Amino acid sequence: MRDPGTRWRSLLYQALVLAALLALLFWLAHNTREQMQARSIHSGFDFLLDRAGFDIGESLIPYNADAAYWRAFAVGLGNTVCVALPGVLLATLLGTAIGLGRLARNVLLRALCGVYVELLRNIPLLLQLLFWYLLSTRILPDVAAPVHLGPLELSKAGLSFIQTPGATAADAVDRAGGFAPSLSPEYLALLFGLVTYTASYIAEVVRAGIASVPAGQREAAQALGLGARQVLRLVTLPQALRLIVPPLTNQYLNLIKNSSLAVAIGYPDLVSISNTALNQSGRALECMAVIVAVYLSLSLLTALTMGLANRRAALRAR
Amino acid sequence: MDSTRPQSTRTAPVPAHGLIAPRPAPAAAHGIWAWLRDNLFGSLPSALATVLLAACLIWLLPPAVDWAWSSAVFRADLDACRAAQGACWGVVHEKFRIIVFGRYPQDALWRAALASALLLGLLLLSALRSCWRPWLLLPWSLLPPVYFVLMHGGVAGLSLVPTERWGGLPLTLLLASVSMALAFPLGVLLALGRRSSLPALRALCGAYVELVRGVPLISVLFMASYVLPLLLPAGVSLDVLLRVLLAIALFAAAYLAEVLRGGLQALPAGQQEAALSLGLSYWQMQGRVLLPQALTLVLPGLVNNFISTFKDTSLVTIVSLYELTGGLGLALDSDPDWQAYKTEGYLFIALLYFVFCFGLSRYSRRLERMLAHARPA
Amino acid sequence: MPEQRVPPSATGSSAQEPLIALEKVNVWLGPGVHVLRDVDLRVHPGERVVLCGPSGSGKSTLLRAINGLQPHQQGRIRVGGLDLRDDARVQAAIRSQVGMVFQQFNLFTHLTVLQNLTLAPVQLRRLTRQAAQERALAQLERVRVAEHAHKYPLQLSGGQQQRVAIARALCLDPQVMLLDEPTSALDPEMVQEVLAVLRELAHQGMTMLCVTHEMGFARAVADRVVFMDQGQIVEQAAVQDFFDQPQQQRTRDFLARVLQR
Repeated sequence: MRDPGTRWRSLLYQALVLAALLALLFWLAHNTREQMQARSIHSGFDFLLDRAGFDIGESLIPYNADAAYWRAFAVGLGNTVCVALPGVLLATLLGTAIGLGRLARNVLLRALCGVYVELLRNIPLLLQLLFWYLLSTRILPDVAAPVHLGPLELSKAGLSFIQTPGATAADAVDRAGGFAPSLSPEYLALLFGLVTYTASYIAEVVRAGIASVPAGQREAAQALGLGARQVLRLVTLPQALRLIVPPLTNQYLNLIKNSSLAVAIGYPDLVSISNTALNQSGRALECMAVIVAVYLSLSLLTALTMGLANRRAALRAR
Repeated sequence: MDSTRPQSTRTAPVPAHGLIAPRPAPAAAHGIWAWLRDNLFGSLPSALATVLLAACLIWLLPPAVDWAWSSAVFRADLDACRAAQGACWGVVHEKFRIIVFGRYPQDALWRAALASALLLGLLLLSALRSCWRPWLLLPWSLLPPVYFVLMHGGVAGLSLVPTERWGGLPLTLLLASVSMALAFPLGVLLALGRRSSLPALRALCGAYVELVRGVPLISVLFMASYVLPLLLPAGVSLDVLLRVLLAIALFAAAYLAEVLRGGLQALPAGQQEAALSLGLSYWQMQGRVLLPQALTLVLPGLVNNFISTFKDTSLVTIVSLYELTGGLGLALDSDPDWQAYKTEGYLFIALLYFVFCFGLSRYSRRLERMLAHARPA
Repeated sequence: MPEQRVPPSATGSSAQEPLIALEKVNVWLGPGVHVLRDVDLRVHPGERVVLCGPSGSGKSTLLRAINGLQPHQQGRIRVGGLDLRDDARVQAAIRSQVGMVFQQFNLFTHLTVLQNLTLAPVQLRRLTRQAAQERALAQLERVRVAEHAHKYPLQLSGGQQQRVAIARALCLDPQVMLLDEPTSALDPEMVQEVLAVLRELAHQGMTMLCVTHEMGFARAVADRVVFMDQGQIVEQAAVQDFFDQPQQQRTRDFLARVLQR
């Protein structure tokens, strides 16, 4: 048991640390108040009800420049989720395929998957996004002569349902005040870049997970007479999943955070819209607070969901 | 057959065979054909995959090689580039200065190059295990002032180059190394704080780490640009570069703290108990017993962290510092003649990043192997 | 299982067809790594053979070669009348007759004890789920861990896990049990409980080929002891003769080192 002297000392230390922190916060708050007075910036979250005064290129919900700031933020959140959710799904599929490919016996498949992973992991995501966006403006067919893929058509204006003859992409967008069932080239470039980049990391996570299952487990299953496919399905994969879920969660969180790079290619995600709102209203602290709150909530939500999956896959030990 | 049990109805009767033909020992004389057959056509799905992939490669590779090499133009000749079918690598030649050095003044380029070479040289030296000795601290403590004098100038007859004009590869190197150097002590303190027995300290450090890890780096950079000026006393303004450095350092520190915390957690509990029973104080125990071992454990993880930070420096483009990625935009967005060849520019920068990051990741793997041998099984 | 005690003999020769027959078996693990050299071994039904030798002598490789976990390059391995080949059907048929117990237990950590035992019989369509469970519980009773049937392997002690591993192998009703140092990974106080189970198994007539360092166990249970060194069988003899009158110098040296403990 700790003697009373230690207890008092530890309380003293904690009190000192807290006091130092409070002093720092007070000093920062004092500075902030002075600065804001000097620049005649007001504070408070009431600006969220003010008129936004700027347009947003694409959104899930109806929006125009007369809407309030909070609505603009909602549009941003919607756009972020719009790219994050499909991104997570597609990246998982692609990443798992490539991870399994790296474990295949076919040396050509292994080599190509290896090249994919090494290439994409060693180039910054921003560079990749800018590259894909540039490519989309160069390589995609012109709006006047789109490429048809089933009921969809692909052109420099993005991917959308086939327009009625004579209509232009602009008409389609106007028709619903920005709420058109089409995917802009910015969205496509962002999604493509995020999916390919995150898939390379997920591939490594999957590969490492499967490779970490001890060889003895496979041997015991073989010694019992189970076939190769049965060994994989019944013994290797369930145990590999246990090792895969935590790092996979990390990659999902990374994808959500990386979607903020949308600001570089002009896709109106949450960070991009918050930046515009900040410039428009001057409420730097409030906008930043909104960003922090939203991203923390998204991270928490993802972590909780994956935590449930983790618990199901986890080992019970004494 | 001496099996007294009924034959399983599942398997068909297996014919008995005589002595199998002796197979050769797997000596070196296995033959490339056998290897190829096994690894490429081992089974039907494998064979199909080989055929499919080979077909794709044959379809894609020759035109790509043709574009990038055979029909490419390597001179900085605009007319030749326009006339050619292939890539125009001349754009790299033409815009090399801006891409690699940003807006650094042309007559002082040698200073940026020298400073970067010194930094790179010192980093490479520090990577060699044989140099992990106390005397290494001397060049490291000399480097910052020398680097600053070279880049910034203003003394010894060197012209002044304000930090806004620093750019390109030197800026990338500077951001990556300095922010890691700043982040390291902070990360150590955070890791120790999260493992402290004082609940308030644990909660504070935990809150910081979770908060910073939960938000994107871009928002931290924006915060540094817009919010930091508000938090400072009136009249004090921080250099743009310094702000960005602080932002990246504070961001990296949180991730570093997690890596270190993992290393500390992986140490056997007996280490701390032995240190305490010898009568070591808290800081002696941490500094001489626990941290050295934890650092050795997670050194590859730290290098990976450095690779991530290196890649993250590209984000400063968004707050108007023109490092390697931003330099390209700077060079080409306002030049209608060469703008058509932006793709080649991107590929060149991608190559530079790849060389650095791939090299670092190979080094990290080598470190892992080196340390695995040094550690007792 | 009917008792089929065979009179112990020096080389294991007898009128009956051997359950396991190795003829001039050679195994290379890689270029230049020759781990089994011209190994000849026979194990007859009802025999208990102990395989001993210094580490690196190839004992585990021999065991793993018998059920195909380790391919052999030269020679012939016959198990239950079937020649072991690189053929999945042959391997499956052989593995259904041979039970294997590993040094590291290798229980499936994501399944309960009961599920570990019922997995193979059900998946190989040998038994219905109901019948598999009944057999599993019977085997767990036999090794005295039935009360842990619904626990996960990591919740059990080492000795309990190894006994479960033995039960798992027994669930497939094998003709012969291969045991690869079953007690080497256990704490001393748990070694005896596993050896007791193996002794009972031997008394009930199970044919066994066991790699072990436990010489007391060998003396009490084995019919024959085989000594290996550097990939070759140096000496094999009936258990009494082996311990009392070892013929080869290498055997004598090994026994001197091992029995000193």
